[in-house]
Amino acid sequence: MTRKQRRLTLIAAALAVLGVALGLVLFAMRDNIVFFYSPTDLEAKAVTPGTRLRLGGLVAEGSVEKGEGQNVTFAVTDTNRSITVRYTGLLPDLFREGQGVVTEGVLESAGLFRADSVLAKHDENYMPREVADSLKEQGLWQHGGKTDAQGGGATAASE
Amino acid sequence: MFVEAGHYALTLALGLSLVQFLMPLWAATVRDEALAAIAAPAALCAFACVTLAFAALTYAYATSDFSLVNVVENSHSLKPFIYKLTGVWGNHEGSMLLWVLILTLFGAMVALSRRAVPSRLRHLTLAVQGAVAFAFLAFVEFTSNPFLRLNPAPFEGQDLNPILQDLGLAIHPPLLYIGYVGFSISFAFALAALIEGRIDAVWARAVRPWTLTAWVFLTLGIAMGSYWAYYELGWGGWWFWDPVENASLMPWLAGTALLHSTIVMEKRDALKIWTILLAILTFSLSLLGTFLVRSGVLTSVHSFATDPTRGAFILAILVVFIGGGFALFAWRAPLLRQGGLFAPISREGALVANNLLLVTACATVFIGTLYPLALEALTGAKISVGEPFFNATFLPIVMPLLALIPIGQTIVWKRGDLLGTVQRLWAAYAAGLAGALIIFALVRGGPVLALLGIGLGVYLLAGSAVDIYHRAGGGRVAPGVMLRRAAGLPRSAWGTAIAHAGVGITVLGIAAQAWSTETLAVVNRGDLVNAGAYTLRLDAIFPRTAHNYREDVARFTVLRDGRIIGTLEGSKRIYVTRGMPTTEAGIMTLGPSQLYVSLGEPQPSGGMGVRIYWKPYVIFVWLGSVIMALGGLLSLTDRRLRVAAPVAARGRLVPAE
Repeated sequence: MTRKQRRLTLIAAALAVLGVALGLVLFAMRDNIVFFYSPTDLEAKAVTPGTRLRLGGLVAEGSVEKGEGQNVTFAVTDTNRSITVRYTGLLPDLFREGQGVVTEGVLESAGLFRADSVLAKHDENYMPREVADSLKEQGLWQHGGKTDAQGGGATAASE
Repeated sequence: MFVEAGHYALTLALGLSLVQFLMPLWAATVRDEALAAIAAPAALCAFACVTLAFAALTYAYATSDFSLVNVVENSHSLKPFIYKLTGVWGNHEGSMLLWVLILTLFGAMVALSRRAVPSRLRHLTLAVQGAVAFAFLAFVEFTSNPFLRLNPAPFEGQDLNPILQDLGLAIHPPLLYIGYVGFSISFAFALAALIEGRIDAVWARAVRPWTLTAWVFLTLGIAMGSYWAYYELGWGGWWFWDPVENASLMPWLAGTALLHSTIVMEKRDALKIWTILLAILTFSLSLLGTFLVRSGVLTSVHSFATDPTRGAFILAILVVFIGGGFALFAWRAPLLRQGGLFAPISREGALVANNLLLVTACATVFIGTLYPLALEALTGAKISVGEPFFNATFLPIVMPLLALIPIGQTIVWKRGDLLGTVQRLWAAYAAGLAGALIIFALVRGGPVLALLGIGLGVYLLAGSAVDIYHRAGGGRVAPGVMLRRAAGLPRSAWGTAIAHAGVGITVLGIAAQAWSTETLAVVNRGDLVNAGAYTLRLDAIFPRTAHNYREDVARFTVLRDGRIIGTLEGSKRIYVTRGMPTTEAGIMTLGPSQLYVSLGEPQPSGGMGVRIYWKPYVIFVWLGSVIMALGGLLSLTDRRLRVAAPVAARGRLVPAE
């Protein structure tokens, strides 16, 4: 092979690999990305049931009901709207009423969310950043106290 | 007093690093070699000063000196002594001091490596290293000073985040930092070559041990971090594609590419400009990792003690070094003499393919990690990119790379013979296929991807064996001669084979996780739960107290076929000072496999919620990584790297400008 041909082979190989990678990334972006919503967003944007998403907010006071086995029902609120969440499994250590939480799962119908994982960070002061931001947007942010972004590691629980 | 001395030493180091940075550059413009030589003592003194500063902070922690803000916030007089020491780097300020300590240590080591590195190159390298040290010392001094006093001093500290009170913390950050920071040397060498305007095999040979050292430590650091998260966070996973994990994986991928391209440069005098680019890229990704972890821009499960206000400073460092590095590259790289081209089917060709795939894999991780940030900044939409994304992008790129490893390992330089190489590897292919089929028969099916993984893992192991067998003249000479020859092979050959076998072992461990089981149950005393071939029986739930926490412990008896094998304890802890609960997983190691128990909450009915995992061959995941690092270490002791590199080719000292 001449120099030129060799160089062209190399460039063609590089382009082929990059092209495949780009295709994979675009394909994965379409299917495997999960959007984050607050309860208010969820209502405002009229998300179709069956969509996989992350829902974050505060665990509403007095809403946690532990059922048979490890079933649990609670409401996630941004103090404006709230959504009922059903979950089966172990809850993270810092899952408490009034605390920030991020859940991931599928919206079953308007107002009912089926979570397959629940995340809460591993610190008594923690509030997930998305939750803090969405509360800020709605002007419900109170500085200090519970809303320190300093963190520990998170614990998650998933089905 | 000692604390003030430490602070003073830190400031002194800042000045010294400025000398180390500027003098050799000035000397290069006035062509004064004697002046440039000041870089070495400056680097040594800077290291001594930072060591003193670090010792002062350690002393403050050891004696629980609560007049220091940093100690108050992160320590407690009741904390076990070992965690008082490791707590030095269990917080932002201390960990940045450790970062700088390692940075100056590497600088000092370059300063001392007079035999291995030509003097001009060494001085310029030290100058670049000095610039990096200056930037980070300034960062510590001005935004993250660990020596701030508190008046009046409180009687007690606020304790260290309990998750960090673990031996894993003693080991993981230093290893990871040595890896991250080690790549700064490759970066400094690359920039020095660009400034000097010449690059050759001497350069490649000089830079290789540093890259290899950084790579070995980064590999160990990532493996340790993975194991630490696995047992400490209590959710049974060992890799979450979390941004902070990705931040360490990206420089590892780029660094692995760099390691391989340096070989091509050293042996064949090709891929020069590409190697320089990779060296810049790898350290850029290390800096990016530091930025992502330290600035608080990411939501991560591992982000400790982050502070957005410091983000701006690190971002500035990032922009200066990455931007500066690439600008210098764009300006000077065209001046470098191009290396030769080569046939696609050859060892060089295989290594180019390796580089291409590694860099592409790195790019997908980069996109998956930073795209959410970019999207949020641009549109405000919040998304999470998790495991499904990386499975769909990273795996299809890495799998061909794995398949390529034994071929690249056995194909010859210059002009290879693909058919011959594949024929030579027939035993490895057969072993891989047999491995996958045996597992398929034993477990009656299983996910295709996992079976493919098993096949690949076995093939990699067998490929390394075939490689050594052929190098030792297997099949052509008597077995006794072959063994003697194998023992006499260069250590770099053994290092390569062992590192690649390590990759195989890790792949086997990962693939085996497809057969792990997870059982969620509510158990009462005496209840039985099955996990794998084992049965767990809950014997007791009882409270226990230690000096700085109290816990509820669940004790299980592990049985196999009705025989008692041992006991297993998981617990829920509350650390008294912070009132923070943690879950301590109960882990029983059975050969290469593990039983893993994570406790939930007591149920209203009186039972205890538990999650029980059976993780077959999970140890392989980390064992393989450690073996990879061992291979690197062995390669590092190769004679070729220990003896002095030849002095610059044919005494032409004038730069090729």
